[in-house]
Amino acid sequence: MPRTRDQLAARAAQELRDGFYVNLGIGIPTLVANHIPAGMEVTLQSENGMLGMGPFPYDDEVDPDLINAGKQTITEIPESAYFSSADSFAMIRGGHINLSILGAMEVAQNGDIANWMIPGKLVKGMGGAMDLVAGVKRVVVVMEHANKHGQSKVLRSCTLPLTGTGVVSRVITDLATFDVKPDGSGLVLIELADGVTLEEVAAKTEAAYEIAPGLKTVA
Amino acid sequence: MRKIYPDAKSALEGLTFDGMTVMSGGFGLCGIPENLIAALRDTGVKGITVISNNAGVDGFGLGQLLETKQIAKMISSYVGENKEFERQYLAGELQLEFNPQGTLAERIRAGGAGIPAFFTATGVGTLVAEGKELRNFDGRDYVMETGLVADLSIVKAWKADERGNLVFRKTARNFNPMMATAGKVTVVEVEEIVPTGSLDPDQIHTPGIYVDRLIQGTFEKRIEQRTIRQRETA
Repeated sequence: MPRTRDQLAARAAQELRDGFYVNLGIGIPTLVANHIPAGMEVTLQSENGMLGMGPFPYDDEVDPDLINAGKQTITEIPESAYFSSADSFAMIRGGHINLSILGAMEVAQNGDIANWMIPGKLVKGMGGAMDLVAGVKRVVVVMEHANKHGQSKVLRSCTLPLTGTGVVSRVITDLATFDVKPDGSGLVLIELADGVTLEEVAAKTEAAYEIAPGLKTVA
Repeated sequence: MRKIYPDAKSALEGLTFDGMTVMSGGFGLCGIPENLIAALRDTGVKGITVISNNAGVDGFGLGQLLETKQIAKMISSYVGENKEFERQYLAGELQLEFNPQGTLAERIRAGGAGIPAFFTATGVGTLVAEGKELRNFDGRDYVMETGLVADLSIVKAWKADERGNLVFRKTARNFNPMMATAGKVTVVEVEEIVPTGSLDPDQIHTPGIYVDRLIQGTFEKRIEQRTIRQRETA
């Protein structure tokens, strides 16, 4: 069985480590916040200018001056800090954020990522995505393995305009998990989702990949 | 008291001209200078290049200047929330320059600090770097981006004293402090003007040297994505 969105978020949460400062993208990555292990100290960064994001507010706590990068209302917590956009991206571009978990339209076997633009369709803009992939120490992509037309999103090379080159470390999809080799020379299949076969991954993956000797099956 | 003006209209007098460049603070609708955007619309000035992270929504924020077709060009990182923007852009009536959000913030910071250009890894190998100078430092490629300044910056802060020292509130700070530094003239609207001496000098976010004109405004503070959780009932 392919992973559900919530299972994908739970799997991505296993990338978190105690003490990490983390930026979560919009969509499935946002759900990772619901799966931070109890007792683990993880600080969420919102690139519009906040460290230490709290949960969504109760109805009577809504504050128009307090939103996340997806423009949703949020709350502050005791460790929260606010700062300007320039300070926020100094954190990101200066390599101070430990981990970025992002969605993508395409990922290539050399670690290239495309997630901001489809030529011929209306382009809304890259927001902070190019800064995050270029500046954050470790970039993990969480996405559906195939697009809505059933085509592989894990590719030999991206067809869409790039967000960054050679920046992705790991790709977690509803079917499997791949590591990008540190030198960008290709992918290694390290996990299958529970109930997914090697044959299914092979049939649905356009990129070339090696199979890790210790390949695991996980939820 | 010489920086304080009675309202947004008088605060913009003598500052606007066709073809001008305007920086407008805010992220989404959070921390936008609502009063000065409306007053800028009412001046009827045309052909404006607007530097702002987003383009407002239909009928509110910068959306008001789009409806009246006063904007010729936007420099932004994300403009997805505005149908009128989409229509004008697809019809070729509006120019658009996308900047990565961090590059935009740093271009404004640099402009305000007198730094004409800088190098960043953001955008290397993408459309953003096309036609720009690349340079290698310690084995990594970086692209040159230029600083930005504007004829006018319009900024929203929470509180100001009578000398223009500013304090922002929560995530409404965003692009406002950098834009305050990068305007040839900077006009600020606040929720409250307090007597000089009543703000703690250690807690000032933007010193008054960057503020030329100041008004106390009234604010709708519209919310784009009201997202709440439910209280568990006992």
